[in-house]
Amino acid sequence: MSKKTPDALDTATTEIAPPSRWNIALKEMLGGSVVISILSVLSALVVGAILIAVTDPGVHKAVGYFAARPTSTFQAIWDSIFGAYSSLFQGSVYNFRRPEFATGIKPLTETLTFATPLIVAGLGVALAFRVGLFNIGGRGQMLIAAACAGYVGFTWQLPPVIHLIVAVLAGIIGGALWAGIVGVLKARTGAHEVIVTIMLNYIAFYLVSWMLRTQGFLQAPGSNNPKTAPILETAVMPKLLGPSYNLNTGFLLVIALTIFVAWLLSRSSLGFQFRAVGENPNAARFAGIRVDRMYIYAMLFSGGLIAVAGVIQVLGVVPAGFSSGIDAGIGFDAITVALLGRAKPWGVFFAGILFGAFKAGGFAMQAAEGIPIDIVLVVQSLIVLFIAAPPLIRALFRLPVPAGEPKPVSLRRPRVKAVTR
Amino acid sequence: MSQTTTPVTSTVVLKSWKAPIAFGIFTVVSFVIFILLNTGASTNFRLSTESDFIQLPAIDLPALGTGIFVTALLFAMTVLSFFFSNKGKSSPIWMISAFGFFFMVGFLTWAGADGSILIPGLLLGTVGLSIPLIFGALGGIISERVGVINIAIEGQLLAGAFVSAMVATLTGSPYLGLVSAMVAGMLVSFVLATFSVKYLVDQVIVGVVLNVLVLGLTSFLYSQVLSKNTAVLNSPPRFDRIDIPVLSQIPIIGPVLFRQTLIVYLMYIIVAVVAYALFKTKWGLRLRSVGEHPMAADTVGINVAATRFWNVALAGAIAGIGGAYFTLGSVGAFQKEMTAGAGFIALAAVIFGRWDPIRATLAALLFGFASNLQNVLSIIGSPVPSEFMLMLPYVVTIFAVAGFVGRVRGPAAAGKPYTKS
Repeated sequence: MSKKTPDALDTATTEIAPPSRWNIALKEMLGGSVVISILSVLSALVVGAILIAVTDPGVHKAVGYFAARPTSTFQAIWDSIFGAYSSLFQGSVYNFRRPEFATGIKPLTETLTFATPLIVAGLGVALAFRVGLFNIGGRGQMLIAAACAGYVGFTWQLPPVIHLIVAVLAGIIGGALWAGIVGVLKARTGAHEVIVTIMLNYIAFYLVSWMLRTQGFLQAPGSNNPKTAPILETAVMPKLLGPSYNLNTGFLLVIALTIFVAWLLSRSSLGFQFRAVGENPNAARFAGIRVDRMYIYAMLFSGGLIAVAGVIQVLGVVPAGFSSGIDAGIGFDAITVALLGRAKPWGVFFAGILFGAFKAGGFAMQAAEGIPIDIVLVVQSLIVLFIAAPPLIRALFRLPVPAGEPKPVSLRRPRVKAVTR
Repeated sequence: MSQTTTPVTSTVVLKSWKAPIAFGIFTVVSFVIFILLNTGASTNFRLSTESDFIQLPAIDLPALGTGIFVTALLFAMTVLSFFFSNKGKSSPIWMISAFGFFFMVGFLTWAGADGSILIPGLLLGTVGLSIPLIFGALGGIISERVGVINIAIEGQLLAGAFVSAMVATLTGSPYLGLVSAMVAGMLVSFVLATFSVKYLVDQVIVGVVLNVLVLGLTSFLYSQVLSKNTAVLNSPPRFDRIDIPVLSQIPIIGPVLFRQTLIVYLMYIIVAVVAYALFKTKWGLRLRSVGEHPMAADTVGINVAATRFWNVALAGAIAGIGGAYFTLGSVGAFQKEMTAGAGFIALAAVIFGRWDPIRATLAALLFGFASNLQNVLSIIGSPVPSEFMLMLPYVVTIFAVAGFVGRVRGPAAAGKPYTKS
């Protein structure tokens, strides 16, 4: 990647002893991805805190008499930030205001409930990433999957367990085929998947919106609202921890799928071909891998996984019937989840739980402190931006640069030394 | 990020049957819909409003007669197109335009049967909806021509809309609002350029995340600050309409094109300047060379990183003007998510317009026409579900990138970071 500069050669020749192994290990850990990830989350939270403090009305009031009593300004700033983040924590992990453990832990189950579709959609995006494809079409794939699963869920009459399985499969097939369009177009015509997925998002949205207001497709019979009928009891995903918690069995499915994707990518022949194409499609072609087929398969898998998120939304989270907002932004959040998890299955799993916590806590924060939940979007996108640019974080925290890392490109023209005789 | 698998088509392609086949399909469609499915008696077209200088009489077109006439005309053009293709020539542009025009006449007559359609209103709405798309598309073209994929158009529009509303309200001057919108779009571009040019982060990832970031920031600040002080912060003055003396009295198109706000006139100038400068000036040549072959550009002494950085910034400023149109030109106050995907339609216009300013402007006008037609038809009660009209730009774009509408090829180095090795 980068050629050795004359300086590097000089130091190499004059170096006496190689650095100790511990030194190298420490350097790699500090410069490596784990520390970068943690610092990225921290930096994003700090920016979020600044935004909260700057827009807080209490702080504005206190700044008015800053000269008279400066301490109360700092007190107000502290109150606003502490109030926000403590309600974020209590809304996502454990609520200390509840007397018993059973009710106090409810926020954590809410976090997992929000995380469930995020993880599986993130897995779909991550899988496409590993093949070198950028699937921004999560929204469309989820909507189509929701439409298919929902249609089976409230019109077909089937025995309990079979009905649920059939509905889930219908959704997965729908989402996979919708994403498969992208794969086929990419393989056959070279159409860029980013453009096609963005466009298919809107097409799916308008298609589902139309079906939702058309009798015979998705609209509840005899209704005028663009909303479906409730899912039949036989197709609803059962609650995992009893009726007082919202967590549904979709979570188990998601854990199973995480294991499956991890196996697929690292242990299976297909996964090997996927990764080969992702690393270098030309080399993969020379090695005899059918690159165009891999694109189609990858999009089918990716769409199928994202479809599960749509299915869980319809059959698990809101079984009372859905409208066109059923995707709830998960299709886009999945991209950030996949990036935060560095496109590794278990990384995505924990990134999904973190973002689930942000969502659950964000709603609690909005209710308790009146801070708009949109702040969560800001924090999430900042996390991804910071993680995507390790040099920025290293520069901010003065971390050592690991060897072999490309240096940031300078905008200035390199200064050419004048030749003197 | 991924290699496309398009085989490079050679230049010796002699006969292209795409145009005549497409013509044939549309002719069949018009035969089925305009003649066989015709129900109404006649359609009333009003050509001028009461404030126009020259009054034109309203025209009544008989539905069936027009259908037959249009279909016959389209059929004749299809035959002519087959004739052209057989001789190895492509169908001339005037014929494609005429084909589109007559198909539209047939469509409007059929869809508006037994109703009345105000033509100047239809066109005025088209221009109104197209303005942000055109600015966004110009921003996209400049950015992609210099080699940075600009998915963040949506974010640039939204930032421009937000900041212009706030600044124009605070200062009471729409001109300052316009300038601040350019600055806001530029700031979004700075982030895009810093991350993609300096830190070599994947451009699509940065673009997607930036959209979320700007959406989160503006929504947060809107709910937390603007909506609480609407009178002080979010009631911007709007630009006045300016009549261009003689030109605004031309029937039909005069009021549409020359009785507009400053932003629209600015659009004419910027489109002309960009179209000229991109292909005829040193700046344009350097910009395109950096986007097509950065290494060659570097070899002849062009600073690739700086060229990319500053032109992406320029692109953001232009897109920012489009954002200002939302608040200072049409709606009048900022609302959450008010751009509603216009940035993505602008992206579609960039591709459909094959990275050419004039063609992209025409594409944006076409998309604006499609969405405005949907508005008009939903008022007079048309037989086409509005969702399908809204889907049109996206479907057309997929066809464009899949290569059905001529060969679409973007700048060769777009999306690829450049490092000196």
